[in-house]
Amino acid sequence: MEIIIMQVFNGISVSSILLLAALGLAITFGLMGVINMAHGEFIMIGAYTTYLVQILFHTYLPAPFFDTYWIVALILSFLTAALFGAGLERLIIRRLYGKAADSLLVTWGISLILQQLARSIFGAPNVAVEAPSFLENSIRFGAIALPYKRLFILVIAVLSLFLVYMLMYRTRYGRNIRGVMQNREMAAGLGVNTKMVDAITFSMGCGLAGLAGCALAWIGAIGPTLGTNYIVDAFMSVVVGGAGTILGTVFGSVFIGLGGSAFEFLTTASVGKVLIFICVVILLQFRPKGIFAVHNRALED
Amino acid sequence: MKKKVLVILIFLFLATAPLYMSMFRISLLGKYICYAIVAIGLDVIWGYTGILSLGHGVYFGLGAYCMAMYLKLEASQGAMPDFMVWSGLAELPWFWKPFANPVFAMGMVILVPMAVAVVIGYLTFLNRIKGVYFSILSQALAMILSVLLIGSQGYTGGSNGLTNFTAVFGNSLSSPMTKLVLFYVSLAVLILIYLACQFIMKQRTGKILVAIRDGENRVRFTGYNPAKYKVFVYALSAAIAGIAGALYVTQVGIISPGEVGINPSVTMIIWVAVGGKGTLVGPILGALLVNAMKTIASENFPEIWSYFIGILFVVVILWLPGGLISLNELPAKWKKKFGKQEAEEEFEEVMPGAEEVQICRKIV
Repeated sequence: MEIIIMQVFNGISVSSILLLAALGLAITFGLMGVINMAHGEFIMIGAYTTYLVQILFHTYLPAPFFDTYWIVALILSFLTAALFGAGLERLIIRRLYGKAADSLLVTWGISLILQQLARSIFGAPNVAVEAPSFLENSIRFGAIALPYKRLFILVIAVLSLFLVYMLMYRTRYGRNIRGVMQNREMAAGLGVNTKMVDAITFSMGCGLAGLAGCALAWIGAIGPTLGTNYIVDAFMSVVVGGAGTILGTVFGSVFIGLGGSAFEFLTTASVGKVLIFICVVILLQFRPKGIFAVHNRALED
Repeated sequence: MKKKVLVILIFLFLATAPLYMSMFRISLLGKYICYAIVAIGLDVIWGYTGILSLGHGVYFGLGAYCMAMYLKLEASQGAMPDFMVWSGLAELPWFWKPFANPVFAMGMVILVPMAVAVVIGYLTFLNRIKGVYFSILSQALAMILSVLLIGSQGYTGGSNGLTNFTAVFGNSLSSPMTKLVLFYVSLAVLILIYLACQFIMKQRTGKILVAIRDGENRVRFTGYNPAKYKVFVYALSAAIAGIAGALYVTQVGIISPGEVGINPSVTMIIWVAVGGKGTLVGPILGALLVNAMKTIASENFPEIWSYFIGILFVVVILWLPGGLISLNELPAKWKKKFGKQEAEEEFEEVMPGAEEVQICRKIV
């Protein structure tokens, strides 16, 4: 019983990281028809930002302040990734709207460049980040131990999800995003600055990936290829859930995260991956556009 | 016409290469030829049919592993292959046994990739999973196969892959004569596959494939079933990739999960893109050039290569979608663009009130 609870908890923990990474992917895909393969590198950027903030706090501030670095790290990793995202959108992504296959390849090239950049700056070996001391413990219920780190990441993911939801469904700006997603020309005709919406949404998605990176930095070593480990799973979450819906992305990441860790627990790590892939293909047999895809009657997509 | 000249020149260069190149360069060139074969297969599905597969490393790998199993058994001379002994296997696994027969292995080189492609293609294309959804699934497939190969150490050699071969069909692999023969066999296969693909593309099937790329629904409404043609072309390109993998492993002497995963699979796309998708010469040219550049770059400045290939992806896809083959059309394109502007200006001059417009523009 304890083992099962621990496994479920692990699965939820993986799901929460996937969710942070996949939210940005799903929104940008739904909004602009752009698949961002470099999204994983924004996770890496967030992680390295956390690493840098941690070093700065170590060297320049007295020891008692060190435990507060996580606030700065969270904010900065979001901002740095968002800033990189905005730059990327300005330079390259805006030329690729609606060309999904091309965007896949171009952003793949960008991800190679960013990885090599990280390798040149921080070196190829992994670096470790020291988590704030209050995250080192875990809650215990009998034999079950839930690490604070994982709980904290869960809280970050749920909070971000809540904020994104509020932004999308309770603000004027969110209404604009949804409007552009449904009908770009009509939204533009009604005075929505679609280019601005694209740019802000894209960098927001990248910022969320940066948050995921910050969270990952606390639970493991980080390296230049950190993002690639998560990106395929994040993509699968988007595909299963359907592009452009928050609900679908939540479903997708829970499906991949929880299902993946369950299969890996029941079989082996590699067979688990195969099984989850088969499940995704089976699901797509019934809903080729994902479970929660936005329906329209257009013939072409 | 120009393309025909170009392809003949490439084949002539490859055929005469052993006359003026060292054995080391020749074996490199043999490796590039295998890459060129995969590139043709990829181009048939991406350039002609418009399906972007990011998982062709899977089929390349399957072909290569099938051949490597035979080579490994030949090398171990009836005994257990070394890595199986290390991982504590008592007996040769049942699916390894038939691979001792070279004819069976060579059949499997084509059949296994085709079978996998038919199953995956049937499940995806029949239910109209298309576009990037397919690309992402194919990419996941590449990741899964490499994870699976690494995970089953005892059966596949794990992350080291299969290596330490000695002979093929009784001929020592280290002798220069065998190497030369293998080089020419690869070249012959490349030419054959080039001609075969050219033939298919001229048939009705080929025309329908192009039509699927340009307007899938129209093809459907004309009474053809695009799914069937897509499965066919996917299986065809998988088979080509499998053959290339088998030739690769025989010449290079090692196949590992590193050649199967996402990275090598996506890299294959850039060969096609650089040369020029939608032509059969393009992929050959692209594969040869990009890999030659890679060798030169990693011999001299390995750091730069990652930047370079990244920039190559961005530049080629954004600004040179037709690849190197389309370079000679570029001046005409520019002229058209430039000429259009000129015409517009002339029109403005003639247009009544044009001066006011100009003045307004200046003010704004």
